Amino acid sequence: MSETTATLYEQLGGEAAVNAAVDIFYRKVLSDYRINRFFDNTDMDKQAAKQKSFLTMAFGGPNNYSGADMRQAHAHLVKKLGLDDSHFDAVVENLAATLQELNVPQELINQVAAIAESTRNDVLDR
Amino acid sequence: MSMHKISVNDREIVCESGETVLEACLREKIDIPYGCRQGACQSCMVRSLQGAPPLAAQDGLKEVLRHQNHFLACLCYPQQDMAISINPPAEFFTEATVIEKSLLNAETLQLTLQCKESMDYYAGQFVNLKRADGLTRSYSIANNRLHANKLSFHIRRLAGGRFSEWAHQELNVGDKLEVSDPQGLCYYLPTSQENNLLLIGTGSGLAPLAGIVSEALHHGHKGAIHLFHGSREMDGLYWIAEMQELAGQYPNFHYTPCISRGDAPDGVARGRANDVAMTLLPSLKGWRLYLCGHPDMVHQTKRQAFLHGAALQDIHADAFHVASATLD
Repeated sequence: MSETTATLYEQLGGEAAVNAAVDIFYRKVLSDYRINRFFDNTDMDKQAAKQKSFLTMAFGGPNNYSGADMRQAHAHLVKKLGLDDSHFDAVVENLAATLQELNVPQELINQVAAIAESTRNDVLDR
Repeated sequence: MSMHKISVNDREIVCESGETVLEACLREKIDIPYGCRQGACQSCMVRSLQGAPPLAAQDGLKEVLRHQNHFLACLCYPQQDMAISINPPAEFFTEATVIEKSLLNAETLQLTLQCKESMDYYAGQFVNLKRADGLTRSYSIANNRLHANKLSFHIRRLAGGRFSEWAHQELNVGDKLEVSDPQGLCYYLPTSQENNLLLIGTGSGLAPLAGIVSEALHHGHKGAIHLFHGSREMDGLYWIAEMQELAGQYPNFHYTPCISRGDAPDGVARGRANDVAMTLLPSLKGWRLYLCGHPDMVHQTKRQAFLHGAALQDIHADAFHVASATLD
């Protein structure tokens, strides 16, 4: 057996890292004029729980990610509010900025961004 | 770890070694809501009916929920036999008699009830008041925990409000009402006493906040306590002299009445209560917040407070949704 290498989730610091990141990330998203209107009518406690699920997934942690759920959750935003690539890019940008603020090495940030990127087509319903 | 029995919905099931409460319930086909199965979405929150659940199963829950023995079934590996409740329990009512009725301002009535049984509530919680014909409305308790049998409420008269119109016009001292068990999570616990508190209320949202202030001062809360009470105009405010007197008595209690229209007299701030508060207190990191009153104010202020640095789990809110159309 070869030595086991730490997973991305472990390298980032697991659940503690998600907890540290979630408030910073959510504040950045709510303060970003490009995307904050999508959050005007959301229940903040529920939304924070969803952000935590999303970050856990993007950090490579245990998750039940379902493309169908992601699609369904964002479909009305695509249809009614015009959610598009530029908004998705803004969210990924905020995610990277959050990790930079937490002094996560760029190499790991790239891996997180790649996982987030894999949800693009589901989020944008195409 | 070993097997433990779990009583749930009049059934008794066995939670196998290494199995969570959620897994055991699903295996036994018990109807329980769930989502992420990893402690994030909190869909599977249930309540322990026999003492505190394992600490790890309460990860991420608000302090008030932990205090009431709520926990996440998907994170819970039982350490002993448990009894749990999935659905909120049936509501119990106790009989109460009106012992005092007085006006706080032209539109707000203070109603004091003597309850037959002593009530176990926390300052800031609400109860449902039920009239003989079954008409029921929620009202916040306006006093602190010291008056176990005597509860006060601030009832704002709403145009077309069936209950509030009746309470203002027809309800008399000596009449009987039914009072539900106390509910709600917007309440004060005497923990982290060095934390600063920010309380913002509009209209009769002052009721629960005054109860919380009185409870916090009674416990000798050490952090600063800032109360902002807002209304459109002066005649919508009340208890100004009482709150100013309290502020004179306790150096850590600060009170700011606010009006959003017209000229503000000395000692009253001009602007919406939440905006006035956020301007005066730009950094809310580590603060505990209590927000009560108009739903728009509560919704907006939650967001403002979070962006000013408050943690979401430290923001307690009670939005007063009304049955009738007008709240202003």
